[in-house]
Amino acid sequence: MKITGTVHKYGDNIDTDVIIPARHCVSVKEEELAAHCLEDLDKEFVNKVQPGDILVAGNNFGCGSSRENAPIAIKGAKVGCVIARYFARIFYRNAINIGLPILECPEAVDGIDKGDKLEIDLQSGTIRNITKDLTFQAAAFPETMQEIISAGGMVAYVKNRLRNSAA
Amino acid sequence: MGMTLTEKILANRAGISEVKPGDLVICKIDIAMATDISSPLTIKVFEEMGGSRVFDREKVPLVHDHLVPAKDIKSAEFSKMMRNFAAQQDIEYYYEVGRSGISHQLLPEQGLIHPGDVVFGADSHSTTYGGLGCFATGVGSTDMAAAWILGESWLRVPESIKIRFTGKLQEWVSAKDMMLLVCRDLGLEGGTYRALEFGGPTISAMPMYDRFVFANMTIECGGKNGVVIPDDTVREYLTGRAKKPADEWDFFEPDADATYYQELNYDISDLQPMVAKPNLPGNVVSVSEVDPVPVDQVYIGSCTNGKIEDLRIAASILKGQKVNKTTRMVVVPATEQIYHEMLTEGLAEVFHEAGASVGPPTCGACFGAHMGVMAKDEVGVFTTNRNFVGRNGDTSAQVYLVSPAVAAATAIRGVITDPRDIMH
Repeated sequence: MKITGTVHKYGDNIDTDVIIPARHCVSVKEEELAAHCLEDLDKEFVNKVQPGDILVAGNNFGCGSSRENAPIAIKGAKVGCVIARYFARIFYRNAINIGLPILECPEAVDGIDKGDKLEIDLQSGTIRNITKDLTFQAAAFPETMQEIISAGGMVAYVKNRLRNSAA
Repeated sequence: MGMTLTEKILANRAGISEVKPGDLVICKIDIAMATDISSPLTIKVFEEMGGSRVFDREKVPLVHDHLVPAKDIKSAEFSKMMRNFAAQQDIEYYYEVGRSGISHQLLPEQGLIHPGDVVFGADSHSTTYGGLGCFATGVGSTDMAAAWILGESWLRVPESIKIRFTGKLQEWVSAKDMMLLVCRDLGLEGGTYRALEFGGPTISAMPMYDRFVFANMTIECGGKNGVVIPDDTVREYLTGRAKKPADEWDFFEPDADATYYQELNYDISDLQPMVAKPNLPGNVVSVSEVDPVPVDQVYIGSCTNGKIEDLRIAASILKGQKVNKTTRMVVVPATEQIYHEMLTEGLAEVFHEAGASVGPPTCGACFGAHMGVMAKDEVGVFTTNRNFVGRNGDTSAQVYLVSPAVAAATAIRGVITDPRDIMH
């Protein structure tokens, strides 16, 4: 699957409190959460973001609370992929589980600026910076992660398990 | 090859003799806890997954703590979702408002956590339980829903960081100050994907309430889990409260030849009270290095420092004193049992006479929901665990993280104060 979009770039330690403030977490609806995505970091983000756009950040993206509302808000804002040097571990699991594409690639973070156009091949993990004519290769997912991803997220993975144990 | 404490627990619950960092293991789960704020999404995913019954009605505690007593209609609806699910699933350990408390203090208090357990909590501070020598970590709603159905989950065995303390703390210096030191040195990311293993003579001499602080704030360094090496203090704590019989408590110790990613050794004999300045828990200096900015609100509470011992320390400083005219103070005990003890010991009276507001158990303002949320540009001194932008209220609010002793002294002076300046 290929993703093409414009980059919105932020710094290190983007925490879940700014991704989706607790005051908006009293909802399980994707569209309600998406309306407040990143609001305490960049009030204009939800107005600027276009479907398929790409979030690029530094170290430790998604640190703090375990709220799954955070990746859901980003997915709901129609962000195509998040690229970071690395992710906080609960966010990483949550993103994989709900099917929000994420890639860890420190070189890409250094070689991408706000406003650049990217083309990402999620299967291969290849990140092409069209604006700067540069290509980066993200780390592959561990095997268990790939199983969850190829099952279509954790919900489908557990459904399969339940079906198999009933059979 | 030797194993760390975390490796031993995970190997045991995975039913294998040995694990090493990087291994993926499937572990049996002893407790899979969710709260009023995380369970609605978990219930939704549980249903989407085709779940009908939770794997064990005695292993899925559901706790009203974040939004209670219901702060508005939306949170009332949220609470109702968990209430209905608990009734439908006949959940054994369902904690209703008035009989509840902050989950991370409540579950150990109620005897649901034992050394050697693998505990999942749909809240990042679920690491707290590691104070009892178990593996405990925070997960999101989808992982929790899967755990509710399967009773197991996959885990990547983390590398461990060995943290050892020696020396005797000075008066009015506490476990919170020690942990802020670790937060300073590891930063917000130094523990990411790793286990923090706490031990050494200082901790061995500490009561349980102090030990929970280390495991609790492990997540502030990005840690997957924090674990304190369990000993007779844990055994005494469990006696009379543990749900499992003593022969099912799995006391493990790290091997002498275990391999660690990193080792941190501290002699805390000269440690001063510490302060995490805005807006990161790792932005830590000693109290004497902080500018005397006027403080708008002091907040004592949370899963980190809302225990009865914390309230006793604060009350001992506030007794016969008044909260400074220029500031205000909110005290929130972590559980109903602590609330009860606070009343019977006369602590509530001390706080009330000092001019503080005493609230019911709730996560409250610690995550910026209610019961003491900060206005624009206000300065707060909190005994909580996290001071990110917007965490405790308006994004311009400036929150300092401190121990209960520093908080109480600050309430009296109206500026950040070393408790020893008041008590000596």
